[in-house]
Amino acid sequence: MFMAQTLGDAFAFAAIEEIKEKMKIVKHKILVLSGKGGVGKSTFSAHLAYGLAKDETKQVALLDIDICGPSIPKIMGIEGEQVHQSGSGWSPVYVEENLCVMSVGFLLSGPDDAVIWRGPKKNGMIKQFLRDVDWGEIDYLIVDTPPGTSDEHLSIVQYLSSSNIDGAVIITTPQEISLQDVRKEINFCHKVKLPIIGVVENMSGFVCPKCKTESQIFPPTTGGAEKMCQNLNISLLGKVPLDPQIGKSCDQGQSFFSEIPESPATSSYRNIIQRIQEYCGLHHSQEKLSNQGME
Amino acid sequence: MEEIDYICNLAGVGHILLVLSGKGGVGKSTISTELALALRHVGKKVGILDVDLCGPSIPQMLKVQGKGVHQCDSGWVPVFVDQDKSISLMSIGFLLEKPDDAVVWRGPKKNALIKQFISDVTWGDLDFLIVDTPPGTSDEHISAVESLRPYKPLGAVLVTTPQAVSVGDVRRELTFCKKTGLQVIGIVENMSGFVCPHCLECTNLFSKGGGEELARHAGVPFLGCVPLDPQLTQSLEEGRDFIQEFPKSSAFPALAHIAQQILDRTSPQGS
Repeated sequence: MFMAQTLGDAFAFAAIEEIKEKMKIVKHKILVLSGKGGVGKSTFSAHLAYGLAKDETKQVALLDIDICGPSIPKIMGIEGEQVHQSGSGWSPVYVEENLCVMSVGFLLSGPDDAVIWRGPKKNGMIKQFLRDVDWGEIDYLIVDTPPGTSDEHLSIVQYLSSSNIDGAVIITTPQEISLQDVRKEINFCHKVKLPIIGVVENMSGFVCPKCKTESQIFPPTTGGAEKMCQNLNISLLGKVPLDPQIGKSCDQGQSFFSEIPESPATSSYRNIIQRIQEYCGLHHSQEKLSNQGME
Repeated sequence: MEEIDYICNLAGVGHILLVLSGKGGVGKSTISTELALALRHVGKKVGILDVDLCGPSIPQMLKVQGKGVHQCDSGWVPVFVDQDKSISLMSIGFLLEKPDDAVVWRGPKKNALIKQFISDVTWGDLDFLIVDTPPGTSDEHISAVESLRPYKPLGAVLVTTPQAVSVGDVRRELTFCKKTGLQVIGIVENMSGFVCPHCLECTNLFSKGGGEELARHAGVPFLGCVPLDPQLTQSLEEGRDFIQEFPKSSAFPALAHIAQQILDRTSPQGS
């Protein structure tokens, strides 16, 4: 699929091989995608990382490749941290002993600093993140992406093409204007042969704190993610209701699992994370079997 | 020869306005559409240029998805969305074979199409051209600003939701405006409060006040708060006549006020 037709392609190839070596010590790679902006990708990525890192025997890494809008440092309460270089590469920022993060956010001089880059420069940054960061041995590498189907998405798939991505988790909200973009993202995944772990429907219903009646803030006029998943034969991993505390926790750089442990949103998330872990476990066994078959 | 054609297609446009945000999902396309309708409500002719190539939302909002784009001698004819032709629209959405087709393009190809959209669409006489953008500060934004520079855009309206994670990205968009010499007309705080239709209790779903605070901090005008109206969202979704329903929405007064502030900027005493 990625035949070298230009010198540029040849350089990309070299990078792919270098990255393959680096990724050998990363057991599972999960991309978090959406066609649509503002559906909760970064919130999901951060909390997937927190959830997986609850098992202290696992090493979890979160790579934020939203170069223009890096939200992960703020969401995880590590805004303003710096990245250091050593002989073995760039050191990621540790949130917990077994959870580290890399984002362009750490390379900016301040909150007003904008990354006004065209595609090729963004691609270069992503390559560096994969090749030059000293991740160490990782059980789960989660990659948070910007909305769309462009440079960042093509690059991450291309650079990881020899490194076996477990799959993509696709985030949406219930309304058709989101699903429209999400279907495009699903098409993108099919085009680049990226397996889809499943879809998460976020902001799915809001319970008024006063009268306890449920409202649909983003009405699922075309059946929501459930109908879309049925039509496209993709797994619906779960639905997460809109809890205003989630936004607040993210703004404060706190995990909402610890801030609102009793919220229905927290239990939805935990179920979804479990399903992702099961998928990865199955994927790992299947891979082992096929490798053994090849020997 | 080419230069004359280049000038012709935007020659009849009174004012060009960009709608930006660093952040996705804050309602840029919705606000672009609502602003166009609010300006139309006071008798203005408005064009909308949708340069979100990966996620073109506006054709669906105005119930014109699936329409074809015709060519004339001077270029592409935009799609009219209403009977009296007071709102016209151009979007990559009209050029896709199937609505679920993904536009998986790297920067250079996106830049080329944006340049074409700016030079080759025959807008005719418009009071306002609103340019809706995708989130970020990358190819689409750089290309749009560079191509529009000769036509001296009025400026940019920046949309945010109230919470800090959004405001954080919009701060960077303000820097983009500064660096590219694009004047900031002001900041809109969208999804600012949700009124429960059952008990009328107002909940701040995505916090409150972040947009206003940012405007104060950055020394730019604060254009107003727009509340979340799920009925309006539903109307957009179901392709109901948004143009008729919009004036009855709880979001309308805020949008009318924003439109008025923009109109004030275009009057001789305004700037």
